[in-house]
Parts: sequence; C-alpha cells; structure tokens
Amino acid sequence: MNGRARPSSSRQRHWLGFMLLGVVLLAVPFVAAMGGQAWVRIANFAILYVFLALGLNIVVGYAGLLDLGYVAFYAVGAYAYALLASPHFGIHLPFWVILPLGAGLACIFGVLLGAPTLKLRGDYLAIVTLGFGEIVRIFMNNLNAPVNITNGAQGITLIDPIRIGDFSFAQTSSFLGVTLSGPQKYYFLLVALALLVIMVNIRLQDSRIGRAWQAIREDEVAAKACGINTRNIKLLAFAMGASFGGIAGGVFSAMQGFVSPESFSLMESITILAMVVLGGMGHIPGVILGAILLTGLPEALRYGIEPLQRALFGRMIVDPESLRMLVFGLALVLVMRFRPAGLWPSSQRRRELAESAG
Amino acid sequence: MDTLLQQLINGLTLGAVYALVALGYTMVYGIIGLINFAHGEVVMIGTMVAFTVIVSLAGSGMPPLLVLGIGLLVSVVVCMVLGWALERVAYRPLRHAPRLTPLITAIGMSIVLQNVAMIIWGRNYITFPPMIHKQIYDIGGASFTNVQVAIVSLAAVVMLGLIYLVHRTRIGMAMRATAQNPHVASLMGVDINRVIAMAFIIGSALGAVAGCMVGSYYEIAHYQMGFMLGLKAFTAAVLGGIGNLAGAMAGGLLLGVIEALGAGYIGDMTGDILGSHYQDIFAFIVLIIVLIFRPSGLFGERTGDRA
Repeated sequence: MNGRARPSSSRQRHWLGFMLLGVVLLAVPFVAAMGGQAWVRIANFAILYVFLALGLNIVVGYAGLLDLGYVAFYAVGAYAYALLASPHFGIHLPFWVILPLGAGLACIFGVLLGAPTLKLRGDYLAIVTLGFGEIVRIFMNNLNAPVNITNGAQGITLIDPIRIGDFSFAQTSSFLGVTLSGPQKYYFLLVALALLVIMVNIRLQDSRIGRAWQAIREDEVAAKACGINTRNIKLLAFAMGASFGGIAGGVFSAMQGFVSPESFSLMESITILAMVVLGGMGHIPGVILGAILLTGLPEALRYGIEPLQRALFGRMIVDPESLRMLVFGLALVLVMRFRPAGLWPSSQRRRELAESAG
Repeated sequence: MDTLLQQLINGLTLGAVYALVALGYTMVYGIIGLINFAHGEVVMIGTMVAFTVIVSLAGSGMPPLLVLGIGLLVSVVVCMVLGWALERVAYRPLRHAPRLTPLITAIGMSIVLQNVAMIIWGRNYITFPPMIHKQIYDIGGASFTNVQVAIVSLAAVVMLGLIYLVHRTRIGMAMRATAQNPHVASLMGVDINRVIAMAFIIGSALGAVAGCMVGSYYEIAHYQMGFMLGLKAFTAAVLGGIGNLAGAMAGGLLLGVIEALGAGYIGDMTGDILGSHYQDIFAFIVLIIVLIFRPSGLFGERTGDRA
C-alpha cells in the first residue's frame, strides 16, 4: 500500500503485473497441453465462463437485478450459431455474420424478457427470469415437431468450427515454428474475447450508465428522483448482459461442434450466478476468480477423488461423480459461510458489510 | 366434458401436493424473506425415507395402512430434523449477510442433499410398493381413485391444522408477529431464533407429507424429483403472493388445475402443433402473466422495497 506514496513505482509495478499476467496467459495452453488436450479444453471452458459470468455481472452485480434465467440467452446464441452453420438446414454462414446476429437475437430476447418484468423486484424478478429460462429450454427440447427446427433432445451436430479463410480453429496447424492444436487456438480466441468483455466491463463500471445502474441497485426510488430513466437503464442492463450471453453461446457452439438442450438447464444458470456471487458481486477480479474456481474445482475433483479413494480405502467406496458434486455443494456453503461478501469483494462492498454488521 | 372433469380431478390432486410444498416456501419467506431453495430436496428426502421404511416393513405382516402410517411418520420426523439442521448450518450464520449469499448456500445445500440421496438410493428410479389396494370410482365419465381421495383429504386436514397453529396458538402468534416486524417482535419477548427454526421445521414436515403423497400417487421416486417439484411449488407460492399462507394454498391448487387443463387441452387449442410435453411451461407462462398484472401475486400484499 506504500505504492500510493510513490506513484511512479506503483505504475511500474502495474506494468510488471500486466506483463506477468500476459506471460501466464500465454503459457497456460502449453502447460495444460502437457497434461493432455482435455486440460486445454477445461481452460477454454474456464474462460468461456469468465465471459458469461462477466455478462451476468452487469445484470446482477451492477444493476442488482437477480436473473436466474441467464442461460436462456446463452442458449439463444448457441442455437443461432448451430442453425446457421451446420448441415441441419444446410446453411453455412461465416462466424463473423452469426456471432453479431446471435448477440443481437439474444439482446432482443433480453428486452422481451425485461420489458414486462421491469416492475417486479427482487425475488419476483428472480422467479420470472427462472421461468423464462425454463420456457426457452423446453421449447428447444420440443421444437422438432411438426417442423423440425431444433432437432429436439438429440440436439444439433456437425456444427462448423470458426474459420477465417482457410484457417480453421478445429485443426492443428503450425506457424512461426509453433504447433497449435484446435483447443489451443480456441484458447487464444477466447482470451481475446474475454479481454474485450473485461474492458467493456471496466469502462461501463465508471461510465454514466454504470453509475446509473449502481444507483438503481442501491435505491431505485432515489435513483428515479435523481432523474435517471430507470426503465431504459434497466432494459439496457438486460440487453447488454443478454448479448454477452449470446456471443458466448455462439463460441460454445463452434467450439463443441454440438449443442443440445441439456447444456442449458437451470443448473447452468445457477452455476453462473454462483460464480458471480462467490467471487464477489460487482467486482470484476472477483467475478473472474469465481468463474475460474468454479470451473476448475469440479474438474480437479474429478481427477482427484478417484485416486484419493483408492489410496485411502484401496477401492472405490462412493461413486466419484456424486462425491464430486457433494464436495462442490459443500464448498459453496462453506465459502459463503465464512466470506459472505464473496472471495474477493470490492473494497466498497466490504466496508458496507462491516458497517451493517457493526 | 369428460376430459374437463377428469383433468379437474387430476389437477386438484396435483394441486394439493403443490400447495403443501408451497406452504413450506411461503412460511420461511414470510418470516425471514428468503427463498429456501433446498426445500424441494427436503421433499425428495421425505419421499425416499418413506420408501425405505415402507419397503423394509412391507414383508413384516403388519397391515398395509399401518406400514404407510409409520412410513409417513418417520419421514416427517426425519424431514423436521433436516429442516432444523438446514436452518442452523446454511441460513442462521448468514442472517445479516447480503441478500444473495443465503441463496447460494441454499443452492449448495440442495446440491449436497441431491448427491447424498444419490449415494444412498442410487441414480435409478425406484418403485414404490403399492400399499393401498387401488379402487377406481366413476362419476360422469371421469374416474378417480381412493389414493387421490386420500391425498386431497390428508392435505386438507394438514392445512386446517396449520391454520389452527398459526392463528390460535402462542407459537403461531409469535410467527405472525415476527413476520410483521422481527425487531419489534423480539422487543416483545419473542425468541426470533426459535420462531425461524419452527418455520423451517413445520415447513419441512409439510414437505415430508407432500413427498409421501407424490410417492404413493406416481409410485416412483428419483433423487432429482425434488427439483422440478420445488420449482413448481415455489411458482405456486409466488402465484398466490409469497409470504401469504392462504395464497400458497390457493396458488398450489390453481397451478395444479391449470397444468392439468393445459396438458389436456393444448393439443386441441393449437391444432396439434404443440403437444402435452409442453405441460411444464404452463406453470411459468401463467406465473409471468399474473406477475405482470399483479406484481405481488394474486393475494399478496404490496411488498416494499426488498430488492
């Protein structure tokens, strides 16, 4: 904290931190690849969830609107990509057409959901958004008759990977003497996208709109009295969060090559919300931390629990899959129990909490 | 006409179950303003416990009704303990934390309970042994079974008991006082902690009864059954105006009937474009429509700024 007294050294330290972060970000896919491509994919998902969690953070963290159906927008983006770039309809549009389209579509859905529900507050809003998410999922699941649009529960397969000219993200290729596998290429794409969304989040936070959101979060009536058009500003939060979800969905589709309604259950919404809250609502580094931890922890448990049981008991006593989720659930409870404001809350929030407790 | 009557009967049965579960949500919400997301899982555990008891006693030569009664009783007791423990572990330490924090612990507990159930009872559907000899009655072209009669009447008795408890006993008075204003209630000598624990315990007991009903109605159970059931019941509670006991009962019955009618008629209404597998969306569509026009539910009082 003595950096404040010497601004130049603080700035130097900042740059050092950024460079270190850059090196780590560059190294991750190569280090992970040593453990197998599966770990690169896990890293990819962690970043995808960072993206999603930051999108939800706009709605929940900044504007204070509890959204339990966020996954609906993710699903809209994913299905938009899947339908427009797969043999299902025989349409193969390039990604730079579909991703903005998916984002726009998700944005429209966000406004559609937001417009009638703006009057609702707190838990009522939560349950309506939850219902909305379920409706979208049920439609995805059943829109295979009478006209086959989503191919029902089987989902859509053989989705095109992201391709720029002849450069496909699905294949291994090498340039400048470095060989990159498909997942590794997606990793760099995702990092670029994540950096973009982080930048947008940071810029929004201190903008006029961001301050308006925070004002609404703290006290809607007072915000209105201050001349904030609460209706439009809330709609904007929904629309922005939704478009981020839409983009993430498109990338997910392309990366997996397969989508089905199963990927968009309520549990998914809840997991993303848990990332935001567990990390520290409204605080960007906290949300990023939450997303990485909650993606990494279940995977680490997946690989850790089986050998551990064998080492302790000599055989498998409990189904590792359920034990993994059990530990995950317990971790959620324990973290919230001992750090109610999240793992890495913003200093302002920590102060407020200390005041209200004292 | 026959379909209408038939769907009404089925809807009432389902609605009675929803109403009992919804009461558990609404009692907790009314007193501490918190969605107990793990309540659906409590109901599931109730079904599972009843199943285990019934199966292990089925061969003992006891009369089937007695076996059923013991199953119900054990499951109620287990769920009461579970509800109490949930409150102590996941909610009480966080009473002054930010609003979303207990929501996450609730979700965590719900994941834990689901997976404990999976470890104990396995990941497959389990079948309830039929303990009541099923009889089918006919009225005007529609039919109903004695199981349905038992479910609806048991639900009615339990709800009357709850109304008596809340409006005529000391603990009920303490609950109503706490719901109005916890701070003032505590100044009047109400032990807030005890009242909150009681809300969880009573809600869980109602959930256990509902769980046994679901088990004997559908005759199957699954470790993930609590989730959708809880979701629907919570929808019912919101529909009636959350925090309001009569609202939860009415909302539950209404939701059951709407769902049954919807599933029965959606094919005719849409010219067979949408089929009965859309049953699950009715609950949510009705909920959204009701909340747009009556933002605090059908019978809810206007809530203040709780967001």
